[in-house]
Amino acid sequence: MTTTKGHEVPVRELDRVTIRFAGDSGDGMQLTGTQFTRTAAVFGNDISTLPDYPAEIRAPAGSLPGVSGFQISFSSTDIHTPGDAPDVLVAMNPAALRTNVKDLVPGGALIVNSDAFTPPNLAKAGYAASPLADGSLKAYSVFAIPISTLNARALEGLDMTSKQVDLTKNFFALGVMFWLFERSMDPTLRWIEEKFGGRPVVAEANRRALQAGYAFGETTEIFHARYIVPAAHLAPGTYRNVTGNEATALGCVAAATLADRPLVYATYPITPASDILHQLSGYKSYGIKTFQAEDEIAAIGAALGASYGGALGLTGTSGPGMALKAEMLGLAVMVELPLVVVNVQRAGPSTGMPTKTEQSDLLQALYGRNGESPVAIVAPASPAECFDMAVEAWRIALKHMTPVVYLSDAFLANGTEPWRVPDLADLPDLRFAGPGDGATFYPYQRDGTTLARPWVVPGTPGREHRIGGLEKLDVLGTVSYDPDNHHRMSLLRAEKVARIADDIAPLEVFGPPDGELLILGWGSTYGAIRSAVERLQARGASVAHAHLRHLNPFPANTGDVLRSYRTVLVPEINLGQLRTVIRSEFLVDAVGFNLVRGKPFQISEIQMKAEQLLGDQ
Amino acid sequence: MTDTTMAAEPIKLTRKDFASDQEPRWCPGCGDYSILAQTQKVMPDFGVPKENIVFVSGIGCSGRFPYYMNTYGFHSIHGRAPTLATGLKIARPDLMVWVVTGDGDALSIGGNHILHAMRKNVDIRVVMFNNRIYGLTKGQASPTSEFGQKTKSTPVGSVDYPVHPLMIALAAEASFVARTVDTQVDHIQKVMERAGFHRGSAFVEVLQNCLIFNDGAHRAFTDREVREDRMLVLEHGKPMLFGKNRDMGLRLNGLRPEVVRIGEDGITEADILVHDEASEDPTIHNMLARIYWPEFPVPIGVIRNVPRPTLDELIEGQIRDAVGRRGKGDIQQLLGGGDTWTVE
Ligand code: SF4
Repeated sequence: MTTTKGHEVPVRELDRVTIRFAGDSGDGMQLTGTQFTRTAAVFGNDISTLPDYPAEIRAPAGSLPGVSGFQISFSSTDIHTPGDAPDVLVAMNPAALRTNVKDLVPGGALIVNSDAFTPPNLAKAGYAASPLADGSLKAYSVFAIPISTLNARALEGLDMTSKQVDLTKNFFALGVMFWLFERSMDPTLRWIEEKFGGRPVVAEANRRALQAGYAFGETTEIFHARYIVPAAHLAPGTYRNVTGNEATALGCVAAATLADRPLVYATYPITPASDILHQLSGYKSYGIKTFQAEDEIAAIGAALGASYGGALGLTGTSGPGMALKAEMLGLAVMVELPLVVVNVQRAGPSTGMPTKTEQSDLLQALYGRNGESPVAIVAPASPAECFDMAVEAWRIALKHMTPVVYLSDAFLANGTEPWRVPDLADLPDLRFAGPGDGATFYPYQRDGTTLARPWVVPGTPGREHRIGGLEKLDVLGTVSYDPDNHHRMSLLRAEKVARIADDIAPLEVFGPPDGELLILGWGSTYGAIRSAVERLQARGASVAHAHLRHLNPFPANTGDVLRSYRTVLVPEINLGQLRTVIRSEFLVDAVGFNLVRGKPFQISEIQMKAEQLLGDQ
Repeated sequence: MTDTTMAAEPIKLTRKDFASDQEPRWCPGCGDYSILAQTQKVMPDFGVPKENIVFVSGIGCSGRFPYYMNTYGFHSIHGRAPTLATGLKIARPDLMVWVVTGDGDALSIGGNHILHAMRKNVDIRVVMFNNRIYGLTKGQASPTSEFGQKTKSTPVGSVDYPVHPLMIALAAEASFVARTVDTQVDHIQKVMERAGFHRGSAFVEVLQNCLIFNDGAHRAFTDREVREDRMLVLEHGKPMLFGKNRDMGLRLNGLRPEVVRIGEDGITEADILVHDEASEDPTIHNMLARIYWPEFPVPIGVIRNVPRPTLDELIEGQIRDAVGRRGKGDIQQLLGGGDTWTVE
């Protein structure tokens, strides 16, 4: 569809567009991306985003490691990933161009700040000659705009240093993009007002930069079309855009309300989990208590102490912190108290790549403790789903009296998508019946169905009792070194967690209930797998997708599902952890597809792997 | 004490109410028995219903303490009791929380937690049994073992310099710091009672005898025959006098403490330091935490007591302020906050 608007530029309608903003980490690319995202979300597009930023707060300006990027895919249809390859790349300097241009689709639009292509910047990016002049970018539609100069001109007369002026050029670029994709500037103008209201000069500078970018689009003749991506047909409701970390935090807050108990979040700063603390620490008027502990061990200790007192004790961390929490998690297993441990996984081992995503802590969650130490494990599949899975983690922890490890990852944590705001009344009631006030009370007397022990908190008269890390005598809960008792208690602890399988949703299959190929995933690979399967199915391939949200125990029908396909493919951002468990648990000869590059799978990669397996048969 | 921990009606509990049905399993003659007995004895004095009292411990011989108290109890893992106690106190400001620990538990594996629980003024009473040895693991050197001490892990003598536990507590800004001795029944009771009534981070070092692995570690100054001459019993507002005839005292010579005798060289009681446990300035408290036998008498009693707002009070205060400013938050509104849009 082509119509003509305003000043004679045709407007083309597209289903989906993927834009990547890339620049120096000081260029404000995350903010630019976030503003574009908000605008697209408020407009009603389905969206999915992927921020990609360096671990260094300020790598040397203009250098390749200092490049920060933010990719957003927005669409008029349901999408699951931030897009394999951008259709539009905004590169604020040569380093950003160099590290990102290889991803741009052939024929894609490349918008560069030509002012930044100075000999020193070119040298820092390793260019011998300017790529803008040597014809090496022929494959793309290149729009070289002197953004710094134009922006400085727009801000003339403001009481600012030239350095301060230059800091606003990202909003000029944003203005250009708003014009190009026919987006209203209002949400960003409102944001500027809220953010810089108290600093009128800064607010004015950002406003002018944004509007100058927009006006540039309108008056320049370099663009030959504008594009519109219509609103998506999402299910009715109120939506907001959330990151996985935000949704995780909100899910835990909601769970506390549903359980009618206070939430205590105890944590230690660690990338990429810290934003959960930042968010929850702002919820004081909601009665949320946060505690920044002295270390990872103290964080989980305080969370467990809070649970012991009857609160929802929550701790959050990433892989290295998880390693430190192992012993306390074992104590939580022994004392059988509810506890949720959020692990926002990142590339390891050791410090690894702190800002990059990975799914390599599954076996750590399952087995990374001394003794037979079973915990429940859940994993959200998308940023918005982090909310549901946080509520689910608490439902399991509270009902089954067990610690639960919640495996998010850096991709989910920082990625965004629209989230339909739920009505609390539609969420499960988490006020599980207490032990009652019968005459007999034993700390380890178990519920007949779940095997949960009673949660009797200090302050309950007449039920003073002692718990701890030493083995407990069955039912009575006193210390016991009896060999048979230890065996029985080990089995009971395992059985208690195993029985959660009776209380969770069965594994759903997207596609044929049996056939050639099942792609089994968990966690943040959901979007790429689902999109790949949709494409394969559209071409008539016998391919299904099943995605595990519960990693321990598995849904009761998991074995049946796996055995219904000739081949099971397990793509993971690790070297085959779920596959190892699947093979040992179900004796299914699953095939792995494993890439650990610190970034999500692309749809096409999974599609190719699946095609290869289908072709082999 | 907050009002919430007090019973509405004064309850009359006795020592027996605080003894659990578990038979203590320390070595016969261990100093821990005395500490347990005295603790049980003073518990009724606080007027706190026993269901509102929690003992949290770590690992070591001291770790078994909660099993013998008929209150709520949590025997946790090595060094981490303060972390559990902190979380518990944050969740439940109404509870009276005690931490029972040892020199290895508190100062070695759990050193970081002690430091931070104290500086954050968590309202917990940390009672550290200092026997200067690892007892439960059968006799290795601990952070308070003497330099050169021969133990199972240091057969030709320890090459580690010991820490001064109370200096650590002071450096960490504990709001209550005290020392007592397992064999001095009345004194333990007095100190435990003071600690119990304190609100904020209390650190009590109990010099405790492990007769199996480090017998007599404190005997040089705690033995009945010598203790009056070799220990300085601190009392707030009183001169720091000691000795069978109370004729020896501590005074400052410039910046250094020295022991003097009343009547000698014209010394009178007026020259003797007067103990001020409430002094904000910690200089004298640091000196008292540092001096030790044989150079000096060993001070026992409350060294420092400077109440200030506790962690749980501060957290609750911030919540109250936020609710006061914005009203009690509505979770449904929170979920639907930020930039939203509606799809019909
Ligand atoms: S080993 Fe020492 S400290 Fe432990 S119970 Fe025996 S005497 Fe007491």
